[in-house]
Amino acid sequence: MRWFRKGRWRRSSSIAFELIQAFWGDENGDLSVPGERPSSQSALRKKKKLSGWKESAIKSFFFANGMLAVIVLIGIFGILLATAIPAFREIPLAEFAKKTWDPTSPEKPVYGLLSMIASTLMVTMGALVIAIPVGLGVAAYLSDVAHWRIREVVKPIVEILAGIPSVVTGFLGIVLFGPIIAQIFHTGNGLNAVNGSFLLAIMALPTIISLSEDSLNAVPSAYAEASLALGGSRWQTLVRVKIPAALSGIIASIMLGMGRAIGETMTVLMVTGNARSFPHGFLDSVRTMTANIAIELGEVPYYTTHYYALFAVGLILFIMTFIVNLIADVILNKYQQREL
Amino acid sequence: MKRKKIIQFIGFLFLRGCLYTVLAILLILLYDIGKNGGGAISWEFISQPPRRGMTEGGIFPAIMGTFIVTIVTAVLAIPLGMFAAIYLNEYAKQSRLTRLIRLSIRNLSGVPSIVYGLFGVILFVNILKFGTSILSAGLTLGLLTLPWTITSSEEALKTIPNSYREGALALGATKWQAIRTNVLPYAIPGMLTGTVLGLARAAGETAPILFTGAAFYLPFLPRSLSDQFMALPYHLYIMATQHHAIQQVRPLAYGTALVLIVLVLGMNMTAVVIRYRLRRKRRW
Repeated sequence: MRWFRKGRWRRSSSIAFELIQAFWGDENGDLSVPGERPSSQSALRKKKKLSGWKESAIKSFFFANGMLAVIVLIGIFGILLATAIPAFREIPLAEFAKKTWDPTSPEKPVYGLLSMIASTLMVTMGALVIAIPVGLGVAAYLSDVAHWRIREVVKPIVEILAGIPSVVTGFLGIVLFGPIIAQIFHTGNGLNAVNGSFLLAIMALPTIISLSEDSLNAVPSAYAEASLALGGSRWQTLVRVKIPAALSGIIASIMLGMGRAIGETMTVLMVTGNARSFPHGFLDSVRTMTANIAIELGEVPYYTTHYYALFAVGLILFIMTFIVNLIADVILNKYQQREL
Repeated sequence: MKRKKIIQFIGFLFLRGCLYTVLAILLILLYDIGKNGGGAISWEFISQPPRRGMTEGGIFPAIMGTFIVTIVTAVLAIPLGMFAAIYLNEYAKQSRLTRLIRLSIRNLSGVPSIVYGLFGVILFVNILKFGTSILSAGLTLGLLTLPWTITSSEEALKTIPNSYREGALALGATKWQAIRTNVLPYAIPGMLTGTVLGLARAAGETAPILFTGAAFYLPFLPRSLSDQFMALPYHLYIMATQHHAIQQVRPLAYGTALVLIVLVLGMNMTAVVIRYRLRRKRRW
């Protein structure tokens, strides 16, 4: 592109054109008209050339920084993959499908991922069962029922909820909600999947609330007005018109909340009890993929099969959240492009 | 007709109930921490290192550790986030590449924090040989906050009206001159406040520093960037689950939680208040 632009600088006949080009950049190549070259301005042209070079250097610098996000994302994937590959080489693939994860067994280590994956999915689903109705309810209340003053107050409060560090939530899960859950369900200490689901629901709520509310607000008022004019009540309008119209945004918000729940580490590590067995119900103690990495990576010797296997778990985790986020992204993009 | 009204009444009642539930949960959370943590807070707790196997004393090294590591995070994340935002808002055109960059940023913000930890272990601790240190942990957290700093810096740049850029360009400034003199001076306060929000999140993170530098217990403050450090969130995790006398140290854990939450929410609110002020003050 550079030689092309240089040619344009030379061809441009007046300062005005140069300015227009400076503003529009290279996308409007057809702006430059062939004209006589101003011979008296060679000094100025030299200066322009120099500053043109400087400008493109600056632009490249910012471009490199802009690319950083792509590089980091690919870097994370690449490093996880490179470190996990020995695990896939040393452990037969069929073994990953087993239920038992016992890498420190003195006789024969077993690297079954099934219990972990099932635990992660179970805790996540439990969280969504709580967070979807409540989050959607709050979003609908804020967008449709609440006075705007209430909305102005509640929105920052929901942001506070999002700002609480996960380790604090986990701590409260142990000291506050654990005993309550133990009492309700008559279990030992309340450190189980229910507790994890409950706390993850709290953590997923801000995402679901704010994004769902945005998409409910984005529904054109003509939709609601038409429904009301036909004699529908506000509730009917909300449930049968506005929510269906905002559904893509709502689903995207749920996917993002789900991604957050799958990847959350400290909270589940602290409150789910971390038993390695396959979960059979929500009152069982479970150990999710994230918790398993957090527990074992600190103790494992470097560059052993176990170490590589933990990175394989990390890789699977990364791919799971990547797919969930990608789906949310695709839905949101479609929704934004839709004509309203 | 009547039935419709009743259904609507019940429906709205349910929505209101959802809101009150969420508010109640938040209140309970904050109240419990405030009540139980308030009792543990004293000057000694803030200014002294832990003593007697962490059953007594304070959390001073943890506060300092979190403070220092957050500065390292800021040093990495603020400039990189700003530069990337400048590219995206000022230079980038609607192209496939730009879409790819934006997609990456959105996806990075969804990558689990423990995965950043794994990445940090390999890249900073092993490949670059920084060891488990403040530097490794700070850089890992810096990458973690990058999507936030980019997004919020771009938000700040977007608020600068186009006429500012056009004015400079019309007077003969080059693109970079226009950005430097007419965009950045007005955008930087907003960019910084947005970045503080990302830093607050980093300060509260535990999973990424578990294996990149946080230490169980250190009686001294770190002396260089290649030392390990104590951090508030990790300290709370230890006090809540790993300590040998968990019931005995509960008050200390509550105190740590309170300090952490005050720190993080304090940073959050400062940023939000400043941003609000900035918005109100400026009429374009």
